[in-house]
Amino acid sequence: MITIRVNRKEYHVDVEPDTPLLWVIRETIGLTGTKFGCGVAQCGACTIHLDGEAARSCVTPVERAIGREIVTIEGLPDDLGRPLKDAWIALDVPQCGYCQSGQIMAAAVLLRENPNPTDEDVDDGMTGNICRCGTYPRIRRAIHLAAQAIAKGAAR
Amino acid sequence: MRQSSPPISASPSPRYPRLWGFALVLLVAPSPASVSLDEKAATKDDPAASRVAFLAVYKVLSHPRCMNCHPAGDAPLQGEDSHPHAQNVKRGKDGAGKYALKCANCHQAKALPGENMPPGNPNWRLPSPEMPLVFQGKSPGALARQLKDPKQNGGKTLDQVLHHAAEDTLVLGCWNPGEGRAKPPLAHEEFVRELRTWIETGAHEPE
Ligand code: FES
Ligand code: FES
Repeated sequence: MITIRVNRKEYHVDVEPDTPLLWVIRETIGLTGTKFGCGVAQCGACTIHLDGEAARSCVTPVERAIGREIVTIEGLPDDLGRPLKDAWIALDVPQCGYCQSGQIMAAAVLLRENPNPTDEDVDDGMTGNICRCGTYPRIRRAIHLAAQAIAKGAAR
Repeated sequence: MRQSSPPISASPSPRYPRLWGFALVLLVAPSPASVSLDEKAATKDDPAASRVAFLAVYKVLSHPRCMNCHPAGDAPLQGEDSHPHAQNVKRGKDGAGKYALKCANCHQAKALPGENMPPGNPNWRLPSPEMPLVFQGKSPGALARQLKDPKQNGGKTLDQVLHHAAEDTLVLGCWNPGEGRAKPPLAHEEFVRELRTWIETGAHEPE
């Protein structure tokens, strides 16, 4: 039995230590906001936060997460999550939506470390998250919009 | 995707103190394990043997397993052809990547099973931007000079360089690269032996 904390809640899961964290989050715990795209660390759809850092849960053995704080799209705190989600809705960013939880989790790390990113900073932070629908221009605009909202103290 | 910058040319040779000629006079038979040229003499100054040994060392340092994390530009390299790392990964302020593209996002404590899955190490990173220790595009002479220069090699004595090559888990990882990747052309022990020979025979620079 392995104990992990996901979105500030403790779960006891009966899985092998090398089980991909993504499997545990989706199949064992049932939080399906995090997506399975490639399974080989190439697309970013499975991005979660491990102690605040982005991690590709499809290649992260669950044992790496023991004793750490796992945050998924369902539990992204409002200080960054609210302005990001508001901007995503305001600009209708998603098309099919499949990549978007990973995009928002990556964008949250970017804005935490760089609250006023340039386009180049956005590229540096986001190029690893692939969108088959090609929503990249809207993602970039939405990140700038969220950054402005945070700067104005609009985060609730 | 942004390409890494082209190989930079060799930097001019720093004036490395030629300690061993002087020190030979004071020779106090250093133990074979000790190669600190800062304080002690080379075991046996032999420029020709030293250069030959470095050329063997160079084969390893310029192999993709070693060079891919010692790029001339700001992006790590990957693959047997040392192409810029997918996803536009960059060095970042401490060498461990940027934002959501930090090395540890994908690279775990050890290589993952499966062909070409991310290789691993608990400390996976590039050298820092202040001390990039570039291997890519360096001639043997330029690389030898860089390895000897504490201002370029991370503040290391040659003893520490040898220690690093013999024991650092990031270096050892080159010989345990994960499925689908070639190992460097010399075995690790052979590499360390050649490096030791280079140092003990005077750390001479190939032309
Ligand atoms: S599903 Fe993890 S990176 Fe694609
Ligand atoms: S919105 Fe469809 S993959 Fe990104």
